[in-house]
Amino acid sequence: MARDEEELYQEHILDHYEDPYHRGHPTHCTHAHQDDNPLCGDVVRMELQIDDRGTLREVFFDGDGCCISQAAASMIVEKFDGRAIEDVKKFTANEMLELFGARLTPNRQKCCLLPWRVLQSAIYSPVEGTGSDASDAGKACR
Amino acid sequence: MLTTVDTPPLDPLLHRPDFPILSREVRSGVPLVYLDNAASTQHPRQVIQSMVACYEEHYANVHRGIHQLAQESDDLYNAAREKVCRFINAPTVEQCIFTYGTTSGINVVARSWGDANIEPGDEILLTEMEHHSNLVPWQQLAERRGAVLRHIPLTDDGRLRMESLDSLLTPRTKLVALMSVSNVLGTINPVDEIVRRAHAVGALVLVDGAQSVPHQKTDVQAMDADFLVFSGHKMLGPSGVGVLYGKRELLDAMPPFLGGGSMIRRVMLDTFEPGELPSKFEAGTPPIVSAIGLGAAIDYLDRIGLEAVGQHERLLTERAHKVLGEVEGVHILGPEPQHKAGIVSFTLDRIHSHDVAEVLDRSGIAVRAGHHCAMPLHKRYGVSATARASFYLYNTLEEVDRLGPALEAAKRVFHRKRK
Repeated sequence: MARDEEELYQEHILDHYEDPYHRGHPTHCTHAHQDDNPLCGDVVRMELQIDDRGTLREVFFDGDGCCISQAAASMIVEKFDGRAIEDVKKFTANEMLELFGARLTPNRQKCCLLPWRVLQSAIYSPVEGTGSDASDAGKACR
Repeated sequence: MLTTVDTPPLDPLLHRPDFPILSREVRSGVPLVYLDNAASTQHPRQVIQSMVACYEEHYANVHRGIHQLAQESDDLYNAAREKVCRFINAPTVEQCIFTYGTTSGINVVARSWGDANIEPGDEILLTEMEHHSNLVPWQQLAERRGAVLRHIPLTDDGRLRMESLDSLLTPRTKLVALMSVSNVLGTINPVDEIVRRAHAVGALVLVDGAQSVPHQKTDVQAMDADFLVFSGHKMLGPSGVGVLYGKRELLDAMPPFLGGGSMIRRVMLDTFEPGELPSKFEAGTPPIVSAIGLGAAIDYLDRIGLEAVGQHERLLTERAHKVLGEVEGVHILGPEPQHKAGIVSFTLDRIHSHDVAEVLDRSGIAVRAGHHCAMPLHKRYGVSATARASFYLYNTLEEVDRLGPALEAAKRVFHRKRK
């Protein structure tokens, strides 16, 4: 086995891929965004509950795609669950690649940065007509 | 006297030394297994050398040059066109127009013939398996001219539903545009029958030959296609050159698409008279050296014989189906080997095709992963992406066999024992 940083499919990456953190939908959704990587078809959707003080009360993702895109989504969701949106804004693409851990070729950096891009957009994407009822919120998010 | 109709089998080991890149290692100790031929093929020394010789000894711009080099380049460029003409059995060389590739050939027809002939309500019949290059230009044409697009649906095993032609082909159908071989499914389409039925309702037919011309004998007169397009880079030639063949009366009647130098007879300040075929559709400096390289690629294929190439690819495809069939969790898209060319696309349970390709690359195996520029086709089969192994004359059965252990390795990476 190559050195850890060279190994793309490291244990912790596969752990996030197989057993993702917060894959699904929040009980109440105020912000949501979805995007894809048209070259490869990876899709990531983020659904957030942001409170009046700018805190991410809940962060969930859903999607379909390669190990890199889906594991990266799980990692960024885990990192920012409960944090302030200001922290998200400050989080750079390079920091996302560092968080991911394994060295990626430029083509696969796009996979890793898809969830980062989606989260950066989601905090600016309020969902209209969010009711208090969870099922309503779910509908509004989709 | 004993005669045999069988083509002697092709021995890829005889040809591999002609391809310098095939002897490289992907990484130290990992030899290259190149199975990405449907995307682009590799180049034999003979093709590379033809282009080097042109640059080193003969190069100048073509058309109307008086000096010695211009004449030599002209001769080489024209000789390449003659080789293309013979290769597809076109009636005259003027009907073989050099383009920049299959995509540009389709766009010439859509813009030139399409804009001049398609009226609101006219129908253009495509198939659900088309490459984006044979979908988007017609979508753009339909948008410009108010035409209606129809699509021949597919069977679950990746073939055209021919019975649908009964209702899809009508007097409103002005053009049928289809690929002769699918770049994803490998399916060999019944082009002859479709041409016959299309002509019966008065429709023209454009054949996208990108995946068939390099692998099987093409005779445009027997096929009776109205247009045929293909690329150099999928048949041992360089990228940046392709061919548009058309029936004489159609090409003669079509207005030029790109305007500029070379495509004119004379130019006044406010108007021009278009030139003769093929110059009419070759505005600007053409891909001179690439066309010469394509000519050398045709020479190379002629020496081996496309029948032998096709026969060899069938062996590889059958072996690929067998090898992949033995890997649990693999699902092959498309029909059984007898209905397909050397293209095998597949999915592997619970592993995304990009990750499959990534792990195969560790064994030096180059396959393509993704939607292969056929998003509607992937949607039809309910998958977002596939991995695709595709073969050419230099691939060996041993290379195909290596897919098996490499896929098992991918499963070991992803299907770990849960902690």
